[in-house]
Amino acid sequence: MLNKIRKMTDTGLLLTITIVVFFLMYASAVIFLGSGFGKPQAFFNILNDNAALIVLSCGLTIVMIGGGIDISVGGVTALVCMCCAVYLEYHGGNVAVSILIALGIGLAYGLVQGFLVAMLDIQPFIVSLAGMFFARGMTTIVNTDPFNVTHSAFKALKETRIIIPFMGSLNRKGNYVDAYIEIGVVVALLCVLVLFCILRWTSLGRAFYAVGGNKQSALMLGINVRKVKYLSHIFCSVLAGIGGYVYFMHSGSGSPTHAEGAEMQAIAASIIGGTMLTGGVGNIIGTLFGVLSLSTIRNIVSSAGFDEAWWKNNTVAGMLCLFLVIQSIVVSRKKSAAK
Amino acid sequence: MLENSVLEMRGIEKVFPGVRALQGVDFTLRKGEIHALMGENGAGKSTLIKVLTGVYAKDGGEIYLEGHDKPVHIKSPQDAQNVGISTVYQEITLCPNLSVAENMYIGRTKGVYQNWIKMNEDAKKQLESLRIPAEPTQQLGSCSIAVQQMVAIARAVDADCKVLILDEPTSSLDDQEVQKLFGLMRELKARGVGIIFVTHFLDQVYEVCDRITVLRDGQLVGEYEIQDLPRVQLVSKMLGKEMDDLSSIKDTSAEQQPIDEKEPVFEIYGLSSTAAVNPFDIKIRKGEVNGFTGLLGSGRSECVRAIFGADPVTSGKVVKNGKEVKIKTPIQAMKMGIGYLPEDRKVDGIIGDLSVRENIILALQVLKGFFHPFTKAQAYAFADEYIKLLDIKTASADTPIKSLSGGNQQKVILARWLLTHPEYLILDEPTRGIDIGTKTDIQKLVLKLASEGMSITFISSEIDEMLRTCDRLLVVRDRKVVGELSGADLNQNKVMSTIAGGESNE
Amino acid sequence: MNKQKKSFVSELLHNQMIIPIAAILLLVIFNLISDPSFFAIKLTHNNLGNPILSGNLISVIDFGSELAILAIGMTLVTAASGGQDISVGAGVAIAGSLIFKILRGNENTPAELHAPIILAFLAACLAGMACGAFNGVLVAIFKIQPMVATLILFTAGRSIASWINMNANIVINDQTFAIFGGFIPGIPVPTPVFIAILCIIVAFLVLKFTNLGLYTQAVGINESSSRLNGLNTTLIKWVTFVILGLCVAVVSLIKVSRTGQLNYNGIAKNIEMDAILAVALGGNALSGGKFNLGASILGAYAIQFLTTTLLKLKISSEALPAYKAVVVILLVVISAPTVREKLSRMANKMKSKKS
Repeated sequence: MLNKIRKMTDTGLLLTITIVVFFLMYASAVIFLGSGFGKPQAFFNILNDNAALIVLSCGLTIVMIGGGIDISVGGVTALVCMCCAVYLEYHGGNVAVSILIALGIGLAYGLVQGFLVAMLDIQPFIVSLAGMFFARGMTTIVNTDPFNVTHSAFKALKETRIIIPFMGSLNRKGNYVDAYIEIGVVVALLCVLVLFCILRWTSLGRAFYAVGGNKQSALMLGINVRKVKYLSHIFCSVLAGIGGYVYFMHSGSGSPTHAEGAEMQAIAASIIGGTMLTGGVGNIIGTLFGVLSLSTIRNIVSSAGFDEAWWKNNTVAGMLCLFLVIQSIVVSRKKSAAK
Repeated sequence: MLENSVLEMRGIEKVFPGVRALQGVDFTLRKGEIHALMGENGAGKSTLIKVLTGVYAKDGGEIYLEGHDKPVHIKSPQDAQNVGISTVYQEITLCPNLSVAENMYIGRTKGVYQNWIKMNEDAKKQLESLRIPAEPTQQLGSCSIAVQQMVAIARAVDADCKVLILDEPTSSLDDQEVQKLFGLMRELKARGVGIIFVTHFLDQVYEVCDRITVLRDGQLVGEYEIQDLPRVQLVSKMLGKEMDDLSSIKDTSAEQQPIDEKEPVFEIYGLSSTAAVNPFDIKIRKGEVNGFTGLLGSGRSECVRAIFGADPVTSGKVVKNGKEVKIKTPIQAMKMGIGYLPEDRKVDGIIGDLSVRENIILALQVLKGFFHPFTKAQAYAFADEYIKLLDIKTASADTPIKSLSGGNQQKVILARWLLTHPEYLILDEPTRGIDIGTKTDIQKLVLKLASEGMSITFISSEIDEMLRTCDRLLVVRDRKVVGELSGADLNQNKVMSTIAGGESNE
Repeated sequence: MNKQKKSFVSELLHNQMIIPIAAILLLVIFNLISDPSFFAIKLTHNNLGNPILSGNLISVIDFGSELAILAIGMTLVTAASGGQDISVGAGVAIAGSLIFKILRGNENTPAELHAPIILAFLAACLAGMACGAFNGVLVAIFKIQPMVATLILFTAGRSIASWINMNANIVINDQTFAIFGGFIPGIPVPTPVFIAILCIIVAFLVLKFTNLGLYTQAVGINESSSRLNGLNTTLIKWVTFVILGLCVAVVSLIKVSRTGQLNYNGIAKNIEMDAILAVALGGNALSGGKFNLGASILGAYAIQFLTTTLLKLKISSEALPAYKAVVVILLVVISAPTVREKLSRMANKMKSKKS
């Protein structure tokens, strides 16, 4: 058994840990915290609440596989929400254009940050730290106060529910209620699927792994390292734009405090999902489970009576800390096994 | 271009800040030949290779390739690959987190689509034809170093290549694997590929090469047919002078007392470390030079690292002058009077951005303690003393060490340990990658220090060097100390047969 | 030794100090042109009848002193670990919250202090050093990138701070307590300036009489090599984080004393950005290795000069980060080796054309 574990690749081992952790956690929630978690809708609600986080985490996974990092995604989310909200609310724009705005902001971020990181060799952390502060600052410049969007077409989009057949349950009054997911979830799952395929089966995807694993080798293998790094940042930021819009569809408002701490949650989800900070190792499916684990434990914490906001933050931080340490141990295991 | 040449480089110039690394170098590679590129370290071999493969941009000169009317401009390794120039480097330059097949084909295909099934099949065929024991879908990191190197070669060979550059590909391979590689090279030669072979091993040059180009100080010395250039001449061309008689440096060995009678300073019993060396015993005697020898990767470096506590020690005891002492970390070893010049100068030795002065005083400073820094005047005095003593060529004591040449960096590290006045000094490959002049200096210094009573362990890949300097040799094979040779047994044949072990003792 | 004699100008241009000095000069010139009244300093009396100086320059040295103290620790952390601690703002919140917890007893607006200030300060030091130690363990022992490791406290720190006082709204009105962030009676220069000078003197004495400087630089440049020279690299990295924790505690005292109240989410907000900027503006490589503490400290004052200038231009404090982010990016772009290489190549071309 132990030998088998030793032979597993890092990706496999970390992914297994994540999935096991998620199922254990969900099962214990169902057992100890009662029926609320047992209903399918409880699970779908986790998806509904975290669709944006899934998208953001996918972006971080890609950039982390490529050996970089991006902590601007939370800021970009807030900026996207605010810009779209102002555009729809005060300028009476249409929904399609607002989606383009979101993508445009993401793309612009990716182009600038990617350029600084890939072409000028500046540490991605510094670049995206500045990016985070810039986005937060810009959000307040666009509009200082939070507000709800009342645009009709947008509200219709926001309230669209996709019914999942046969998964409904009875509510307290005994009526049958359909289980549903929001559009954002579809977008998020689509992102996961597409990115999974890209990472697994395209040469670009494999180039991300190569560059993250060993930049020098990748260069010698004839991979255009700068281009690949650039692309990883563009992917991440465009996904932050998409994630921002998903967040916007879920919240229906613009606020400078939107998605605060989202960057850490996204990093945490990726790391829990088995993406290595050191680059070259990671998996989108793992990230999906990472988000699910993270939100499950947050739900557990709040339904166990720790309702205050600080508990949620601290749980996420604790999880991140724990998994970082696990990773560090896995890395040292690998080093000693190599000898 | 000449009739049958595949590659011509004319008047190549490359300038680094303060150095003209290449000055009007010409190089011609013919079809189907194996061409050795020779020169000391710093002669410009690797710069020339890097210009050719697009890692560096050249500052002047032209490169012509077969099938191209105009001079080609190679801007990146990818460009080089596209025009048919493939390279295998000394260090393995593959990605251990990808599969074997991916490592062979990534970076080659255009576009995003990749036919994975075909790729794996191609890889399998290629690996089988070269008899490389690896599965296409296996993760590269799980293969041995030798297999990884062979996959790198398979990759280079598989590309539609006209020019294959082998940059010291044999340094991590054992003899059998080297022979396999030579077989491969001869076959490629028959197919008409031009091979540039860079190596430090003269034997290998004379075994497979057809032609030799010699560089010195960034300039072309000449191009020779292999049969026109005897070894001695080759060496003197590389050095630019007639060769010193190196064998004369050890002269008085007959007068020395037999080593067994010298008193042991350190006695080491059953030492082993996490770097997986099997427990070994050794007695370090006062004023002796001993050596660990064995193939690369045999564990000889790991043995001395264990003595110094560089890798976590797992078992064993160390007795100093009759008293048992604890050595688990480098600082404990240093306090016991041990110095260690590491194998990998760049990674374990120099502290690049710090000045020569700070690099020299570092070890002594650490011994003196956190709260007792040297004054600037003291530090300069130490640095100047050793710069003079070891003839270190540096602009000043404040120059960052990274801007010195390899040989001088090595001298600075040596100065660092000499300054601590160790009783026992471990030198792991002090002569690797430095010019022959400095090599001789270091060997002479080792003998001088030993005659003054210092115990020294000397490790080198070149058995000649070890035979010249060491009083006795410990032979390491497969991470075990398998024998000890001294006195009359210290000759090339005996050492070789002990290293090879088993059946080869005719 | 055959030291090359350099002209005075080129010597000056190669000194790190030139960067923060140039930044300050630039800001001075900008303000001189846009509004010379920026430099006005007035001597007034506060409501206790003590003489105090006020004006933009005074607020630069006042608030800049907090940054300078942080810059000391941040420079060391940067040098040893090649990364930055982004949890300093959260650390200030935790330490500050603890000071209030001890001083207030159980009241929200205590009429008098329930414990000596020195006790509260010592507790804050312990808390700050504990935060630093936590970050240090993650970085030094578990080898996690400093910025990711400190991201944990960056997010959770303020929650912890508000949990310490159960999110209570505390106001402390005490004249002695207010001295640390205000003025010493009779002396018109703000107290933080003196605290900063004290910290700077201590820092320089430590660098002079110990090997902290050599060790941190050695570890930052080549860890493996440092270890083989007998340095305990783990301990050294960890110590730099603990020292930063101590700096954080000092700043927290100034911060809470300054306002007399605690806004868990607002206190020392974005200060990590300023501290990192100070290090970068001091010309220190953010990737670690060699450092120049004096330049970092000057950098801290330059950053505060920038902040004050921006505030003077009626830019809201929430929007400030956007402007500073641009400054950070400009700074790192200028100091990026790739860019420098290109610039020097261009300069060489220009020269060769001339000759």
